[in-house]
Amino acid sequence: MTAQAVIVTDKVFSLKGGIHPDERKTLSNTTPITEVPLPSVLILPLTMHLGAPADPVVSVGSTVRKGDVLATAVGGISAAVHAPTSGRICAIEDRIIAHESGLPAPCILLEADGEDDWRDRRGLPNWQAQPVDELIQRLRDCGVVGQGGAGFPTDVKYRNKHKPITTLLINAAECEPYITADDRLMRERADEILQGAVIAKHLLGANTIRLGIEDNKPQALAAMREAADRLGVDLRISVVPTKYPSGGERQLIQLVTGQEVPRGGLPSDLGIVCQNVGTLASIYRAIVLDEPLISRVTTVTGEAVDAPGNYEVRIGTPIETVLNQAGVHLKKADRVIMGGPMMGFAIPDITAPLMKTTNCLLVPTRKELPRPMPDNPCIRCGLCEQACPVNLLPQQLFWASKHRDLDAAELHSINDCIECGACAYVCPSRIPLVQYYRYAKGELRNEQEEQIKSERARARFEARQARLEKERLEKEARRKARAKAAAEARAAKAENGSGEPDAQDDAIKAAMARAKAKKAGAAQNTAELSREDLEKALELAATKVKKANERLVVAEQESPDMVPALRKALTKLEEKHRTAQAALENAAHGQPIKPEPKKETDS
Amino acid sequence: MTGLNLTSPHVTGRTSVSWVMGWVLLALVPGWIVLIVSFSLGYAINMVLALLTALLAEALLLAWRGRPVMFFLKDLSALVTAALLALALPPLAPWWLTVLGTMIAIVFAKQLFGGLGNNPFNPAMVAYALLLVSLPLYMTTRWASPDFSLPITDTLAIIFAGQTPVDGATGATPLDVYKLDISRLTSAEVLQSPIFGSWVAEGWDVANLAFLAGGGLLLWKRIITWHIPVSFLAGLGIMALLFSGDADVRTPIDLHLFAGATMLGAFFIATDPVSAATSNRGKLVYGAGIGVLIYLIRTWGNYPDAVAFAVLLMNFAAPLIDHYTRPRVYGHDKSVKGFKND
Ligand code: SF4
Ligand code: SF4
Repeated sequence: MTAQAVIVTDKVFSLKGGIHPDERKTLSNTTPITEVPLPSVLILPLTMHLGAPADPVVSVGSTVRKGDVLATAVGGISAAVHAPTSGRICAIEDRIIAHESGLPAPCILLEADGEDDWRDRRGLPNWQAQPVDELIQRLRDCGVVGQGGAGFPTDVKYRNKHKPITTLLINAAECEPYITADDRLMRERADEILQGAVIAKHLLGANTIRLGIEDNKPQALAAMREAADRLGVDLRISVVPTKYPSGGERQLIQLVTGQEVPRGGLPSDLGIVCQNVGTLASIYRAIVLDEPLISRVTTVTGEAVDAPGNYEVRIGTPIETVLNQAGVHLKKADRVIMGGPMMGFAIPDITAPLMKTTNCLLVPTRKELPRPMPDNPCIRCGLCEQACPVNLLPQQLFWASKHRDLDAAELHSINDCIECGACAYVCPSRIPLVQYYRYAKGELRNEQEEQIKSERARARFEARQARLEKERLEKEARRKARAKAAAEARAAKAENGSGEPDAQDDAIKAAMARAKAKKAGAAQNTAELSREDLEKALELAATKVKKANERLVVAEQESPDMVPALRKALTKLEEKHRTAQAALENAAHGQPIKPEPKKETDS
Repeated sequence: MTGLNLTSPHVTGRTSVSWVMGWVLLALVPGWIVLIVSFSLGYAINMVLALLTALLAEALLLAWRGRPVMFFLKDLSALVTAALLALALPPLAPWWLTVLGTMIAIVFAKQLFGGLGNNPFNPAMVAYALLLVSLPLYMTTRWASPDFSLPITDTLAIIFAGQTPVDGATGATPLDVYKLDISRLTSAEVLQSPIFGSWVAEGWDVANLAFLAGGGLLLWKRIITWHIPVSFLAGLGIMALLFSGDADVRTPIDLHLFAGATMLGAFFIATDPVSAATSNRGKLVYGAGIGVLIYLIRTWGNYPDAVAFAVLLMNFAAPLIDHYTRPRVYGHDKSVKGFKND
């Protein structure tokens, strides 16, 4: 960071398909971010992120200060939960949370004491001096997750370095209609975002920070530019045309770099890590101020709201409280949507709390977003195909899904569908296409789980067979060794008893025999030793495979992003397991052993 | 404030099937008017007959199949089928030919296959082809001559009372005439006939331009994409350039493009989405196939205008084309071809 920042504007590549729904952004982006007052009770779900639920470390009745850890991250992909204010834990129980399933989930209930008393903080204004690992650990300790969409734990992105990262891409496209949280955040807190970006770049070892922003946010862009200039942050800017879904991670990468994230891969395969602006601000707060993720900016908008705008809300605030603050008319409202109109979902109960991933609460009137009409048959007009940003054939996917023809669905690459809804938006027959795709994807997942289960059973069986075989061979080897020793002893005895050999000759022979015996013994020893080692290695490999398998199952349910990487790791581990087994078998057959060089491939 | 089962997207565009079909109907109007003005009021009468028959047939079949009648009638798809047929049939054919054709289209080619969206073949073209095969006389000789003004009463009498048209009032189409005459005359001599008029073919050329304009409207409204019409016309045009270089031997390119049902076919019939190929690349193959087949059938087949047969043949091929022309999906190295995943 030197005085003169280099800020350049890059060319933008094209994105196939996409749609131009009414933006409706001016409804909420003209007023500054305001704070929602502290509610009396905060409800903090243990799963506000992708991955394993956090594990509570407080008990009912304990008092906490603002920023204290309430639940810690468990396993590789998980995120901690913190107290958004000081108070007393009044319950740990299942509550309805804002999830499509509408099912209750475990939550920690925190009764605010009104003091809002911070825990001791140990900010790191000179974070550059800290080891990278420690900084990443702090992101994990602060419960930072991606705030643009799915809530992927941020630290994982920085740990998972299977490819060198060159570029940090700031996702500031915010292409969903209505939502303006990122827009306002950039206008008002560009400094925080950019400082977060500088930290992220450092953690990644990247050399470039790029900004992808839609051309409908000129003020936000100006603010970012100005801040970059002031802070001396080099920035490459791509102003992408306003088109939904240009803010999809993969779509933005295509727009900004012209490259496509390979099938089944991650942006890191291209040396890119993508972060939403809100996440970067949280990174800054976590590292420099030691503030965990306990509040966020959420857009509250829609025609049933009196004061649409952006609100700074503590995580865990009941949605009802937020809506009241914005003056919502529940009678006029048709539904409350968490997220935008394209990809959000109608929440079952407004007592549910606001979560780390809640970027928008949309409360439309029925006139504003009409209920779906009964759908016509598909006329194969192909409008959906023209709109699909991923280049799928939605009409074919629809046929396959409708008839539960999973093979055909896979043949048409249904798993590459990002569920953006562009196809359903343009469909003149008003077919709820995305619902069909979700159904087919679910069915496919079930089918694959079945397959994995049966494969695992087979693997267990084979492992048992191998173990039995190994034991048999070992017994056999021991028996042979004993027999050989006995035979040699007999032979030696016989030789000693025969005639009158030349004394010198005899001495030499004896010496040679001794040496030979010694050598053999040594060899036997190393063999034994290595065998033990190998057994250990085999066991280790087996547990690793098992663990990886478990993690893969979790990931498949909760964080599809991670699946490819995990799968790769699993194959490698299985490979290792196999070599270990083979080595052991060789050992059992008395062949020379070369101990495997130890390599850590566990990711 | 319910809405548990309302899932994304919550907002949809403003198009509907009736919107699509409505625009198609609207886009047909200029060509239709040109045909009425240049040739005969028969086109207007046919249109009314076909539309009424289609509505009635569709309603009856829907009721019989236990489907919501009004819901499906409102999608206007039956009217589009009827309109296409009415524009393709000879204007001075007897009334029952139009009615019969429309019933074939709606009952057999559409509803018995499962209604809107399920018909593998273009209904209007199925009807047209069946009529052409079984009643060739009416289908080839009842074209109105452009330079003969027939009184309304006579038109009505011909259509409804089975009156035989007076000499000169009806005849074959220019494509038909050219093909027949070129075997014994030179191009210049053939073109002496008044039906070719001052430009390509009296009346037909303007009608084709009008359909072209209508097609432009559909392109502009993004109801169709350019792929099928362009590849259709390119296929036909290239074949004509290759094999029709000598106008004294074969029908030249301008007649191919502007004398028959070419533009109607390229923009309105071949683009019928239900029975066409799916992907953009597929549409290119599909359209080009129709264009080439039209030339082949017109030149070496027995039928002077071949849009119907060419479209039906390519309808057959559409599923296969679909399997080999899938687009490359984002992030994939290549497109998935054929019937099996790897
Ligand atoms: S847009 Fe709708 S009607 Fe048209 S092809 Fe796609 S799914 Fe079918
Ligand atoms: S929801 Fe899926 S199929 Fe539809 S447009 Fe988006 S990516 Fe394409």
